Amino acid sequence: MEPNISGRSLSAVRLSGVSRAYRDRRGSAVQALINVSLEVPEGSVLAVVGPSGCGKTTLLELICDLQRPDGGLIETQPAVLMPQRDLLLPWLSALDNSGLALRIAGHTRAHTRARARELFAELGLAGFERSRPHELSGGMRQRVAFLRTLLSGKQVLCLDEPFGALDAITRAQMQTWLVQALRHEPRTVMLVTHDVEEAITLADRIAILSPRPGRVIEEIDVELPHPRVRTDAAVIALREQALGTLGQEHAA
Amino acid sequence: MPHESSLASAQENGPVHMRRSAATILAPVLLGLSILGIWELYVDLHGVDPLVLPAPHAMAVQAWNNSGLLWSNFTITAEEVVLGLALALACGFAMAVAIHVWAPIRRAVYPHAVGSQAVPIAVVGVLLCYWWGFGIFPKLFVIALICFFPVVVTTVDGLAAVDPDQLKLLRTLDASRWQAFRFAELPAALPAALSGARIALAVGVIGAYIAETSTPSTGPHAGLGHEITADLTALQTSRAYAATALLFLFAIACFYALSLAERKLAPPTNKP
Repeated sequence: MEPNISGRSLSAVRLSGVSRAYRDRRGSAVQALINVSLEVPEGSVLAVVGPSGCGKTTLLELICDLQRPDGGLIETQPAVLMPQRDLLLPWLSALDNSGLALRIAGHTRAHTRARARELFAELGLAGFERSRPHELSGGMRQRVAFLRTLLSGKQVLCLDEPFGALDAITRAQMQTWLVQALRHEPRTVMLVTHDVEEAITLADRIAILSPRPGRVIEEIDVELPHPRVRTDAAVIALREQALGTLGQEHAA
Repeated sequence: MPHESSLASAQENGPVHMRRSAATILAPVLLGLSILGIWELYVDLHGVDPLVLPAPHAMAVQAWNNSGLLWSNFTITAEEVVLGLALALACGFAMAVAIHVWAPIRRAVYPHAVGSQAVPIAVVGVLLCYWWGFGIFPKLFVIALICFFPVVVTTVDGLAAVDPDQLKLLRTLDASRWQAFRFAELPAALPAALSGARIALAVGVIGAYIAETSTPSTGPHAGLGHEITADLTALQTSRAYAATALLFLFAIACFYALSLAERKLAPPTNKP
């Protein structure tokens, strides 16, 4: 991560001792997160890894102010959520879907389309402006959804398993694509994934959550240059370290 | 490239589409003609009394001889149906939105909306006339009362069927309640609302008949409903049947007019 002008990196997101419980369908309380403390420096990518059901999605929704914590403190720059499913509106074109946030902010259709069109080319979507979501491949739909998140103009992007539904090849392509997209449009990113390899490929730092109730059991710095190759020895070492932590927690 | 493929398929579909639309017209016409043929044979061969069931050719003769009378009554009924349906759609849609947006309204209003469908119109006919006289308005009220319900039910369901995750997404993009409605709920509910409108349309014509027969009117031409009742009393059965055939055709015309409007309003986008 890069130091800012004053010489120390600022946090875009800071969680201290955050806890959150919710009621399940039967009405009994489920502790999703317990005493979670995290810091994400401005402009960096934090990957949150953990077994399914460990409260990763809850964590992102807390940061995006879609839920309130029961305890603890959340300080964050404006954050926007990119949910697991692309949730593109089927009656809007790809271009209009990507510009939804601008329309909501009150911009005219013409202005919105002009802004979105600039980034369409940059993010490899040129030529698909007028396509409806059902005409796009899974990878392209995720790109449009990502662009919609980006155009909200918020500093913190909370990506919830953005490539979880894609096949292995498309997924690898999208990971490369995301690294490039963030180089064009630097933001602070919270990336939730259950894929350790994806975390190592994309993140500057990895936080590993325990099974429910989720808490941070290890943080790993990934100080490797991009592009990261999954067969690289350093990558493999980090993966073993992370999987080891996850495995111990399961065995315990 | 999806653009190219969809263009190409549109071109290929050209003649197929035309053949299909010819079939859409031809199939019901042929079925209608064969039913008329069987009907004609049945009446002729069994010697059914024309007061019980007039033969199609007798209806045609009556329609031809009374075309002026039938037409002037038809225009009255058609006006009632169109305006009454417009009122039903507007009120039904507004009520559905209110029910969707505000839970107390749903709890308070929904049962009464259901109950209102059980009210025999003749019971309130006199009251409507006492309020609004002999003009068209009592009839519009009756048609709207009969037709608004399917619009409410389908629109409420359509609005409620919006994916909650979709609404969450809009919230994270800072959409207000109104914007969530405008960008997600309203367009998502449109097909359901239009289905409701189609049901309303199909009931609208019989609604006009009920409206005319259960509220008093003045003047020589008071609509096809009046005409039919008067003809049945005067043993002019074949003219009543001719008027009924007009209602039959008008309902079909209304239904397909809406389908056309629907295609303009909500082009199909969900095709896989």
